[in-house]
Amino acid sequence: MSKTLVWVEHEGGVVKDATLSAVTAAGKLGEVHLLVAGQGVDGVAAEAARIAGVGKVHVADDAAFGHALAENVAPLIVALMEHHDAFVAPATSNGKNIAPRVAALLDVMQISDILSVESEDTFTRPIYAGNAIATVKSKDAKKVITVRGTAFEKAAKEGGNGVVEAVASTGDKGLSSFVGAEIAKLERPELTSAKIIVSGGRALKDGETFEQVIFPLADKLGAAVGASRAAVDAGYVPNDYQVGQTGKIVAPEVYVAVGISGAIQHLAGMKDSKTIIAINKDEDAPIFQVADYGLVGDLFKVVPELTGKL
Amino acid sequence: MKILVPVKRVIDYNVKPRVKADGSGVDLANVKMSMNPFDEIAVEEAIRLKEKGVATEVIAVSIGVAKAQETLRTALAMGADRAILIQTDDEVEPLGVAKLLAKVQEEEGAGLIILGKQAIDDDSNQTGQMLAALLGLPQGTFASKVEVADGNVNVTREVDGGLETVKLTLPAIVTTDLRLNEPRYASLPNIMKAKSKPLAQKTPADYGVDTSARLETLKVVEPAKRSAGVKVADVDELVAKLKALGVAA
Repeated sequence: MSKTLVWVEHEGGVVKDATLSAVTAAGKLGEVHLLVAGQGVDGVAAEAARIAGVGKVHVADDAAFGHALAENVAPLIVALMEHHDAFVAPATSNGKNIAPRVAALLDVMQISDILSVESEDTFTRPIYAGNAIATVKSKDAKKVITVRGTAFEKAAKEGGNGVVEAVASTGDKGLSSFVGAEIAKLERPELTSAKIIVSGGRALKDGETFEQVIFPLADKLGAAVGASRAAVDAGYVPNDYQVGQTGKIVAPEVYVAVGISGAIQHLAGMKDSKTIIAINKDEDAPIFQVADYGLVGDLFKVVPELTGKL
Repeated sequence: MKILVPVKRVIDYNVKPRVKADGSGVDLANVKMSMNPFDEIAVEEAIRLKEKGVATEVIAVSIGVAKAQETLRTALAMGADRAILIQTDDEVEPLGVAKLLAKVQEEEGAGLIILGKQAIDDDSNQTGQMLAALLGLPQGTFASKVEVADGNVNVTREVDGGLETVKLTLPAIVTTDLRLNEPRYASLPNIMKAKSKPLAQKTPADYGVDTSARLETLKVVEPAKRSAGVKVADVDELVAKLKALGVAA
């Protein structure tokens, strides 16, 4: 049986949900092995070993892997790939940073952002901002794949009994170092795993107005907050709020788009949401073509009224 | 220090792509083509580094059909000094592009190679990372800030949780995110001047690189269409819908 190595995305000592979708995708290719790389990651390894369907958990504990620097992590993965047939990473910013570096070192053409596994060598993936879906067949002996989280069910966090095994560090390559991070403190659910999302667009005018209009509605609904590229570019909210082709891909139960016109780049990030609700004053806005429920009106009147009535 | 900027000719970002009826791909006949938006940001960043005196020369490279010359002329009009076209009618995958660029870098010895983080046609997001791997260089992907100092480059990266800064030794690979800068428009005099800037013509064979495809596209289809729903008359009706969905009490 072929063996697949899955990159475990973790933060603050906890396995991130994106990993669970990658495990499901990897399970369609064969035996699932995990790689936990980082510093002081015993707890993460133990948690990862309990994920349903997991065989072996390779653990590389070294300061060199502390910030998942691709220059240090890629050689570690390449060494492990001697005994694996495929490498699978979630299509997160980490996965997208690391996987192509691994692929090139293995002389493999990566298959990015897969939506389905059709067979051991054939996959579907979105192209042109999701305006087309390509079915591609890989001729490479080994596969390197990133997985779109919203396209696969999450594997159960419990029920597995993986064998934890330490692997030798491949060391610090001395090419890069971590300087610092500004990671937003989340007061609300995380965008990529939220059940409900309220997103705002450029029509929100400025950062203060965005907060005053969008945040209370989101809090009433227990929702995560997202934004269109236009709103992020205009500086209303930070980059990690962006939903779209080049931002985050989301597929919540309910997506509420407020003052978002619906450019194809934005639709690419949210059109797989189960129910889409759009509030926009322009009744011809393209967002209404994908919305299940549309309300034409002035968001500055309608949204506070809605928040009040919930 | 030289800066190498690879650019790709792609469908214009304002055009809605249409899938061909026979499922063989996306119809690009008579469609407006432009420079990949992320590559424009890469060109702009390189030019700004030259204007600051950090870089001495900006070289634009494109791999593609003869018409990719137009994309290179755009880069030259923005301010690049010279251009290289590696001409081929075959579609070259990111791995093949990275191999060709690695050969160009062997000849040019640039201090920085700045690429767009992804092309808006195949959305692969691979070439920069692959090039870094092939050259054994560090990579600063999804950059929103680039600062060169003392033989290093500090790159602030847009990551899922916010921003992260890494320090890379030079030479290094940088891939651009949207908020790195706002690319300039080329002025008419600069467009005229660009016509006489040097543009070298090469082929993949000149570099001895095998660019044959590793992925075979079996078919391309349109995604499942969402149909437009209903318009609600007022907030009360919307509240009722939200209640029916079980997301409001």
